[in-house]
Amino acid sequence: MNELQTILSDSVNGLLAERVTKALVQKAEEGDFPTALWNEVEANGLTRVLVPESQGGAGGTWADAAIVLKAAGEHVAPLPLADALLANWFLVQAGIEVPDGVTTLLDGAFTLEGGKLSGEAPGVPYGRNAAHGVAIVKGEVVLVPLDGAAIEPGLNVAREPRDRVVLKGAEATAKKTALPGNAMKLYGALIRACQMAGALGYLSSQSVAYANERTQFGKPIGKFQAIQQQLAVLSTQAAACGVVTDHACAQLDKRGAEAAFEIAVAKIRVDDASSIATSIAHQVHGAIGFTYEHGLHFATRRLWAWRAEFGAGSEWAAMLGRETVAAGADALWPHVTAR
Amino acid sequence: MQPFRFDLCELPGETEGLRQEIRAFLAEELKQIPKVTRAQTWSGSDPEFSRKMGAKGWIGMTWPKQYGGHERSFFERYVMLEEMLAAGAPVGAHWIGDRQSGPLLLRFGTEEQRQKILPRVAKGECYFCIGMSEPDSGSDLAATRTRADKVDGGYRVNGTKLWTSGAHTAHYMIALFRTDFAAEAKHSGLTQFLVDLKNTDGITIRPIKDLAGNAHFNEVVFEDAFVPDNMLVGTEGGGWGQVTAELAFERSGPERYLSSFLLMVEMIRELEKRGGEEGAREIGRLVAHLVTLRQMSLSVAGMLEKGENPALEASVVKDLGAIFEQDMPVRAHELLGIAPGIGTGNDYEDVLGYLTQTVPSFSLRGGTREILRGIIARGLGLR
Repeated sequence: MNELQTILSDSVNGLLAERVTKALVQKAEEGDFPTALWNEVEANGLTRVLVPESQGGAGGTWADAAIVLKAAGEHVAPLPLADALLANWFLVQAGIEVPDGVTTLLDGAFTLEGGKLSGEAPGVPYGRNAAHGVAIVKGEVVLVPLDGAAIEPGLNVAREPRDRVVLKGAEATAKKTALPGNAMKLYGALIRACQMAGALGYLSSQSVAYANERTQFGKPIGKFQAIQQQLAVLSTQAAACGVVTDHACAQLDKRGAEAAFEIAVAKIRVDDASSIATSIAHQVHGAIGFTYEHGLHFATRRLWAWRAEFGAGSEWAAMLGRETVAAGADALWPHVTAR
Repeated sequence: MQPFRFDLCELPGETEGLRQEIRAFLAEELKQIPKVTRAQTWSGSDPEFSRKMGAKGWIGMTWPKQYGGHERSFFERYVMLEEMLAAGAPVGAHWIGDRQSGPLLLRFGTEEQRQKILPRVAKGECYFCIGMSEPDSGSDLAATRTRADKVDGGYRVNGTKLWTSGAHTAHYMIALFRTDFAAEAKHSGLTQFLVDLKNTDGITIRPIKDLAGNAHFNEVVFEDAFVPDNMLVGTEGGGWGQVTAELAFERSGPERYLSSFLLMVEMIRELEKRGGEEGAREIGRLVAHLVTLRQMSLSVAGMLEKGENPALEASVVKDLGAIFEQDMPVRAHELLGIAPGIGTGNDYEDVLGYLTQTVPSFSLRGGTREILRGIIARGLGLR
């Protein structure tokens, strides 16, 4: 890790480890948005990792952002931190000034006429809590205040707000960018994949810790080979996801939108790992992990929700597979080794 | 926290020229070799091909020049390895000597052993096998019973090694023998030896036919075989530590996830004709796993280049890699439903036939799945 990365890692992990308590996540699930924590997250510059220093950001790379995104997943922060981080990056691409407050992603069908935005987006992360939304309409990045929006509340299975947001002629700021047509889904998939990698790391360390604590038949259950073998599998899945998401971020830094290949790879791989890892983590924890009281589910329910957001692994796999088959059998190896 | 670390590792740009050189070489050399033969990759032995690779300087690439090596980087060697495997080059004859026995001798061998043997290995003329497993000692390697009793000028060896890949073609075996028979010397009583398989009396090598009918591994019986003192490798009683170091090399390479790659390529070729969404989805998944494994494998190569010990990380990659390799014929079957074949002349069917029968060995050779996961569990602090 370089200096900025060490600072970011200490800052985000320190803050979230201390502040994201079970009680805080539980209250968030009951509808109580942790405004004070959000303000601290903003004050620490964590939503502005990808914003240039001249605009009050950290001027970081996606490799730097990965640290924050993974931490957000690892600590199950009930905030649209990842979403705001990406929304702000979109704004920077367009040269639109980044506003303070909660900014979320509007992944939906919109039209832009005379600077006014109309349309709707389902499943907007924390739509009810956001001051601004960022949409992408025909290559234009659009920043829109959400105070006049019609909001229909909804939740994903992690009980994170996923609201329907309807806009009718809302005053907006729009600028053209060179972002690819599927930018919202593509980069949305990347931030979720990174969060998932963080959550998977948590599942691994938490499950190992529990297995060392919980005693049955006179010894910690982690001393049983059956449990050890399962935890080994869980840890290898988490490790794979750490690597593949780092790789996608590094490639995005290196080759821009051409990193779509690595982003698809990451979302597919992390989706696969989630199914294996959540199953093992719950099996190792036994009945206690199935209670609301124990916090394990904050991570597992997020993984079940996130793996389907911004395109499930299967959807990205179909796309990647079509491209691979179209390029031809003998093109695969040269392609893989050219990256 | 995870006990292992996988830092991203990008191959330096200067390896690209080597990659292209190797591809051009392989395009010519492999033209006449059927796909089903190529599917054997590092299990397929072809001394003529090994000698050509030696002439190219692609064996012992990282070794010092004084021992016939080429003092190239681990990254250059990595590029060579992955290109050979992906193309299905018959690299089996020299594979073990290049991968682990050479490095073992460089680290623990005597000057005489290095001078005498390594240059021939690098030329692609001298091949190795590994004598570890025995009838009563597989995963439990420390249960090794084959005994080397001290006699005048050397050791008298009696016992049996089993599942020794390539013993029937190898010139030397790096063998793990017991030199201390005290009960408390389970680990400390083991010693490694170089055994000259072509010039030692009292050694009988019997190929064991595998389930596919191929003669690949062997039983090697020692009956009062004499091994001179100057063939001891490292220190007497230091065998366990040396073997552990050697296994990090054995488990760390790209052969631990690329063994079924040729089938993946042939699957794509079939789908080029058929099309279909389901097939695309499956290929997309496989590509995602392939790319992930390659990045993990490269990360391990990066640790080797830095002189770090990637034993734990190598176990992680080998475990995940074996799942990927083993799953390939299952995926192929579910996707295409074509029967695996023997000698049909159809590339897809024959490659599927070979690999369907071979993949059970992928999570046995070089350490079973359960042993690897035990190592990982130890790394996690569970044992």
